[in-house]
Amino acid sequence: MTPKEHTSQTLTDTVNWHLAARVEDFPENGGACVYVEGKQIAVFNFSARNEWYACQNMCPHKQQMILSRGMIGSQAEEPKVACPFHKKTFSLSTGKSLNGDTCDIDTYPIRVEEGVVYIGLS
Amino acid sequence: MIDVLVIGNGMVGYKFCEKLVNKAPEGFKITVFGEEPSPAYDRVHLSEYFAHKSVEPLLMAPRQWYEENAIELITSEMVVSINREAKSITTHKGRTFNYDKLVLATGSTPFVPPIEGSNKSGVFVYRTVEDLDAMETYSKNAKTSAVLGGGLLGLEAAKAAVDMGLEAHVIEFAPRLMPRQLDEAGSDMLQATLESMGLHIHLSKSTASIDGDEAMTSMTFTDGAALEAEMLIISCGIRPRDELANESGLEKGERGGIKIDELTLTSDCDIYAIGEVASYKGMTYGLVAPGYDMATVAVEHLTGADTKGFTGADMSTKLKLIGVDVASFGDALDEGKQYKSIVFEDKNAGIYKRVNISKDGKKLMGGILVGDASNYNMLFQMMLNDMTLPPHPEDLVMDTSRQGAAAGNTVDMLPEGAQICSCENVTKGALVQAIEGDGVEQFAALKTCTKAGTGCGACSPMVNDILTATLKKMGKKVRKVLCEHFAYTRQELFDLVKLNNIHSFDQLINDYGKGHGCETCKPAVASILASAWNGLILKQDTIQDTNDRFLANIQKGGTYSVIPRIAGGEITPEKLIVIGEVAKKYDLYAKITGGQRIDLLGARIDQLPEIWEELINAGFESGHAYGKALRTVKSCVGSSWCRYGLHDSVSFAIRIEERYKGLRAPHKIKSAVSGCRRECAEALSKDFGIIATEKGWNLYVGGNGGANPQHAVLLAGDIDEETCIAYIDRFLMFYIKTAEPLNRTATWMNKLEGGLDYLKQVVVEDSLGMGKQLEAEMQLLVEAYACEWKEVVNNPALRARFKHFVNSPEADPSLKFDKQRAQKVPVGW
Repeated sequence: MTPKEHTSQTLTDTVNWHLAARVEDFPENGGACVYVEGKQIAVFNFSARNEWYACQNMCPHKQQMILSRGMIGSQAEEPKVACPFHKKTFSLSTGKSLNGDTCDIDTYPIRVEEGVVYIGLS
Repeated sequence: MIDVLVIGNGMVGYKFCEKLVNKAPEGFKITVFGEEPSPAYDRVHLSEYFAHKSVEPLLMAPRQWYEENAIELITSEMVVSINREAKSITTHKGRTFNYDKLVLATGSTPFVPPIEGSNKSGVFVYRTVEDLDAMETYSKNAKTSAVLGGGLLGLEAAKAAVDMGLEAHVIEFAPRLMPRQLDEAGSDMLQATLESMGLHIHLSKSTASIDGDEAMTSMTFTDGAALEAEMLIISCGIRPRDELANESGLEKGERGGIKIDELTLTSDCDIYAIGEVASYKGMTYGLVAPGYDMATVAVEHLTGADTKGFTGADMSTKLKLIGVDVASFGDALDEGKQYKSIVFEDKNAGIYKRVNISKDGKKLMGGILVGDASNYNMLFQMMLNDMTLPPHPEDLVMDTSRQGAAAGNTVDMLPEGAQICSCENVTKGALVQAIEGDGVEQFAALKTCTKAGTGCGACSPMVNDILTATLKKMGKKVRKVLCEHFAYTRQELFDLVKLNNIHSFDQLINDYGKGHGCETCKPAVASILASAWNGLILKQDTIQDTNDRFLANIQKGGTYSVIPRIAGGEITPEKLIVIGEVAKKYDLYAKITGGQRIDLLGARIDQLPEIWEELINAGFESGHAYGKALRTVKSCVGSSWCRYGLHDSVSFAIRIEERYKGLRAPHKIKSAVSGCRRECAEALSKDFGIIATEKGWNLYVGGNGGANPQHAVLLAGDIDEETCIAYIDRFLMFYIKTAEPLNRTATWMNKLEGGLDYLKQVVVEDSLGMGKQLEAEMQLLVEAYACEWKEVVNNPALRARFKHFVNSPEADPSLKFDKQRAQKVPVGW
């Protein structure tokens, strides 16, 4: 797999990169949760798109630490995750609530280098 | 301030107060008098008093409510006279109160016919909680009881007697039960069902005397027959409590009761009468609904609001009597012989239905339903709204709900006002408007714009059906394709998977789909692959819904529940101890499920493999409680123990459960086996249910509990075990291959073109010639079964997936629990 860096707008010079885990710790086309700097962060290995995403682990609907166990997929071109509790969906690229009835979620920059996954926190 | 005195604190008197304080919180000073010590309670559900042993749960409102609304509630005090000139009343304690407006809601008293010996001890009436208390105390030294009166209340009283552990005899003067509501055939059916439950029914019996010394021991009838009974509950109708009218000179109705006009005013325009004491046009009403209507009218008049007035009441009723549905509506008996009747009778299932239609066959005038009142609401709406009958009005009573487009449960039949989504209160009309008016064509878009199905989601299949039906009506071509990623129906995808030997989601979406899948198609395809090959689902764990991905049911807070398989509900003490030990060791909340199993809740994701390792070592297997799969096969104790059992239902249930365990399907599948037609295993509420007969087994299919309960229907009768299993194989495989995602068998059958007849042809008569193939496909799945938890426990790589953080061994620090009744529960959300 080619390491890929996301150049989203949140990625600024002040971002501190934190080691999350190794690539093989994350299932293909699925997610897992990492504990970084006291935060629970959901990390998704969207291998069908050759992309990685990171967002808050808490689903804002019922404030449950669960999004990492959610199912990922696409809506048109938008990559998304569905919460396992009530299938509320969120864009993985922008964090926007796609059902429009819950708050948006925080997303984080992520990069993979030499088999290691890093999360950017500002 | 207007002084309002309300005499009587029953259901109607209470309702009057509630409506008055809601309508006019200021301006009225309300004082209520009740003879009983307790504030008003729900008399309709009096027999539930036994379950609670307390009047609290039955109270209409606690005392505190009266205080909060500045209502003075005076209980245990009886009003004995009215002085209309002085506008005052006097109580039995000699206290006098003045009024500006007086409301008589004194209700009624049980009618006790003048029978010799009715003053003996052991004779009771059924009206108040004090009556019940007295009865219960007395019943401790009694074994047999009789109920005088086979009407609504009499049968309720008989239930109370049964609940007290007494043998119960119902004695009715008329030649039929519930003579005001049922005709002879309806009564016969009800009688047969009640008798099969152990009640004794005596019709056309007139009681001559109640015999015994001080306490009654038996009764004698006018025909000379006698019945031994140590207790008698009299329930022969009611007499209005109109004695206050006598001295005060208020006008009375011809057959008793205080005469009222349309505004519920008595002959004194400062005095209202409402509820059972009121007589309108010579009629008194012994039901609560007309009483509530009168209370509304009285409040409206009192507060000077517009009122429609009280113009009589519909006596339609639907109720469950000792577990039997009984409904009667409109002109049910057609005593004037003005109408034509259509009658459906199924003595095997205990169902009788009759509808009376106008001579021109266009309108529904009334009807009777016994044993199955599931379409009461539809029929009642049809009558109330003067709807034109369908071209084949017999469909209204025939059990045609499974016959394709016939009347019954199809969404087309629902009125516009029918509430589809109860969480968000979305009606069918609102959905149709969104589709027709706003041009919504996608299920997801329909949910977003109407909010239907966004709460608990239980209505989603129905919302989808309404979408399809409405689009069809608009002339649009409708294909129930899975989602934006697959332009195929589930049935087509199933065939593609089988024909092309496809075993993975990636291959299927590469070859036949587009995009990257979603939370709709991934689990649907996962289900198809499991139903086609029955491989280990964790080989593709990320296309599984969370419950299947972690082989456990996710609960509030993100912990999971563990349910080992307990086939047929049979378990050894040794295994029970293991479950208890595991629950104790991991601090799990334990609960018996509805399916005769034990649920252990509150397991952290990292604990799941350890817990299952212990259970598997003790001989347990996965119960698949998390999957769209076969759940349980319930059973009664069967002929090994039960004195009524015809065959060994436990052994058969275990055999069935062992055969189909792990079978994945479009939705969960439940089953049950009963050893006789008393049906203790509730097989008729299952996807497939089996009931022992003298000659073999009856196989029923398409039953459902849950949100839209439906009884299973007979697929084949009096068959042996092998035939039964062959038919179940065919039935289940046919369902698995052709149903839409997340449709239970009941929903699938309701939509199946040709309905039950067609299903019988396919399964029993093998009209498609695919019977053997369906059996072979099932055999393949049966042979491919392996306990998936065992595979996880023995596979370190799979086990490693069960943790909360991949970069830390810690558990989720956000998990929090409370205690409830000495066990843990997650904190609420």
